[in-house]
Amino acid sequence: MGRLRSHDLLGLREMPAEEMTLILDTAESMREIIGRDIKKVPTLRGRTVVTLFYEPSTRTRTSFELAGKYMSADTVNIATSTSAVVKGETLRDTARTLEMMGTDVMIMRHPVSGSCHLLARVVDCPVINAGDGMHEHPSQGLLDLFTIRQKKGRIAGLKVAIVGDIHHSRVARSNIWGLTRLGAQVTVAGPSTLLPPQVEAMGVKATSSVDEALEGADVVNVLRLQLERQKGGLFPSIREYSRAFGVNRERLSRARPDVLLMHPGPMNRGVEISSEVADSSHSSIEEQVTNGVAVRMAILYLLLGGGEAA
Amino acid sequence: MKLLIRGGRVVDPGRAVDRVMDVLIDGDRIGLNGTPDRVVDAGGMLVVPGLIDLHTHLREPGFEYKEDIASGTRAAARGGYTTILAMANTQPVIDNRAAVEWVLNAGKARGVVRLLTVGAVSKGQKGEELAELGDMIEGGAAAFSDDGNPVSSGELMRCALLYARMGDKPVIAHCEDRSLAGEGLMNLGYWSTILGLRGMPWVAETAMVARDLMLAELTGGRLHLAHLSCARSVEMVKEAKARGVRVTAEVTPHHLLLTDEAVNTYRFDTDTRVNPPLRGEADVEALLQGVRDGTIDAIATDHAPHHLDDKEVEYAYALPGIVGLETTVGLVMSRLVDTGRLALGTAIRALTAGPAQVLGLDRGTLAPGSPADVTVIDPAREWTCDPSRFASKGRNTPFKGWQLRGQAVLTVAGGEVVHEGIA
Repeated sequence: MGRLRSHDLLGLREMPAEEMTLILDTAESMREIIGRDIKKVPTLRGRTVVTLFYEPSTRTRTSFELAGKYMSADTVNIATSTSAVVKGETLRDTARTLEMMGTDVMIMRHPVSGSCHLLARVVDCPVINAGDGMHEHPSQGLLDLFTIRQKKGRIAGLKVAIVGDIHHSRVARSNIWGLTRLGAQVTVAGPSTLLPPQVEAMGVKATSSVDEALEGADVVNVLRLQLERQKGGLFPSIREYSRAFGVNRERLSRARPDVLLMHPGPMNRGVEISSEVADSSHSSIEEQVTNGVAVRMAILYLLLGGGEAA
Repeated sequence: MKLLIRGGRVVDPGRAVDRVMDVLIDGDRIGLNGTPDRVVDAGGMLVVPGLIDLHTHLREPGFEYKEDIASGTRAAARGGYTTILAMANTQPVIDNRAAVEWVLNAGKARGVVRLLTVGAVSKGQKGEELAELGDMIEGGAAAFSDDGNPVSSGELMRCALLYARMGDKPVIAHCEDRSLAGEGLMNLGYWSTILGLRGMPWVAETAMVARDLMLAELTGGRLHLAHLSCARSVEMVKEAKARGVRVTAEVTPHHLLLTDEAVNTYRFDTDTRVNPPLRGEADVEALLQGVRDGTIDAIATDHAPHHLDDKEVEYAYALPGIVGLETTVGLVMSRLVDTGRLALGTAIRALTAGPAQVLGLDRGTLAPGSPADVTVIDPAREWTCDPSRFASKGRNTPFKGWQLRGQAVLTVAGGEVVHEGIA
């Protein structure tokens, strides 16, 4: 297997296509391990993985933790609400402290964009961005790519619609970079107040019509609507949002018959996505969760330089 | 003491002088003739009026861990400045005569160069009640500003312009519509989209520029616009000046040299976080053109020192601001003059006669009889911007590591040599 050129995984914007493909290929082998009765390989024995989460998370944190454990790494989880951070410790001091204890890789989620870049500057060990503000969420982007490739057999040439609050979404950004680099045609759709300026310069089409975005789509990725955004006046009501921009059976019928429906979770059922489509045969939402573990195993494996093959 | 600065290229834009000649300093004035006690050979050097900064945050009183009057004025001397105007957003705020007098006295006692101070427009810079502007003028305030806290109330701004007019002092406006700026961390545009940082649209500035220009027109008061960052602002100032509105304007070196792409280039380095934010290419071009055609009167540093603890944090938690006193000459000389983007005379005017005129000072000139404020710049001196060598306590600059050319090698303020040699 090859190696990643970069020391950290901070985002997909600067990642070459070959590296993305390497991670996806590696994740295939990892996916097989997760399917075994005894889900344990010795690959990362003696390595320490620390997750440092400044925001709540279920699936990302747990899947990184399990990814480490399935490869025999020791994993430590730090939620800042119960750490010295509540005593006012700075990110730099927290990170240096953890590194001095022998951490081999740090996985961080943080509400402020760019914080993983700061972390990577103050520690020597590799840093994995598990979501920074509105900037990027590269492991989610990669697991979405993995799921699409698994279901569709390819990424190049597919029509992918990303629907919802594009502006505040790190998932959207990482998906856009990954999909466009691997040759998909991406359309983003949402209310005009939730489309960031010059988003088309990222290599996508942008529209406020969900119907238009879904027309002939191979893949529809529905983003979570952060309900607290409503206070800012970016959209008038959840009711109106759901009616105008929610993905339901009628809208989804504009897509290709074999459309793949994705959602990074957690879902607001009945808001951005209707239960009937979320639970339909088109949906890969549960599959995404399993794939998330495989992709994160691949990321850890490649960033920590492998060891004996899985 | 008579000091002769011999054989330099004297650039004194206020008098349209640009030729090789001697400058004699006679006590605290520029002299005409006499036998010098000391001669400095300025062959190959530029001899210019002492630089004047309209926008300096000295942080004292209250935030001495960031900067104080002694360190800030020492930084000014090293940067070639002989007069600086301190902003009022200290703790406590300089919003009354006693505070104004305290700053001016502290400047005399501990300052290395001449220190002027702004008084706050509103009590506590809260934007509610007009501060005692008249009393502060008697105490020596040079201008009024709530800089750092934009004056959101149009009525308060109207009253301030009208009231300050009695003492013929400018009101310095930090133009920012708070609701439009929101929680913005950088310019709203392509790079804020890419980086996922909240953006401030340019209208947050221009909407307030428009309001304040019309209030200046309405009241006949003197308005000075701080740190312009947008093309449309320059356009409006030009139009207002043509209509006879009493308005002046400044721009910072960083807004003339960097765009919002710097946040990406420097990978979320918090030294790129500044207010107003770095804008686009077209804005930079318009600002430069504004300096060239005189729409913008001054290049001001907006020297905003912060402690490392306030900067080595997540982007959104970092305080905005860039230090400028010790970098401006090098940046302007090497990146604007040497590159042909600004003529030498235009650049020097914007650092001397321009700001003097904004404040109505008898400085910024080398005319015989003027106060003996003189700066000698070695235009060929190459240096690397190394914040650890600053006299300022602030190290926060996105220009760290830049190779620059041009540095002040002699600063004479009020007839005294306050800086000499290699900085």
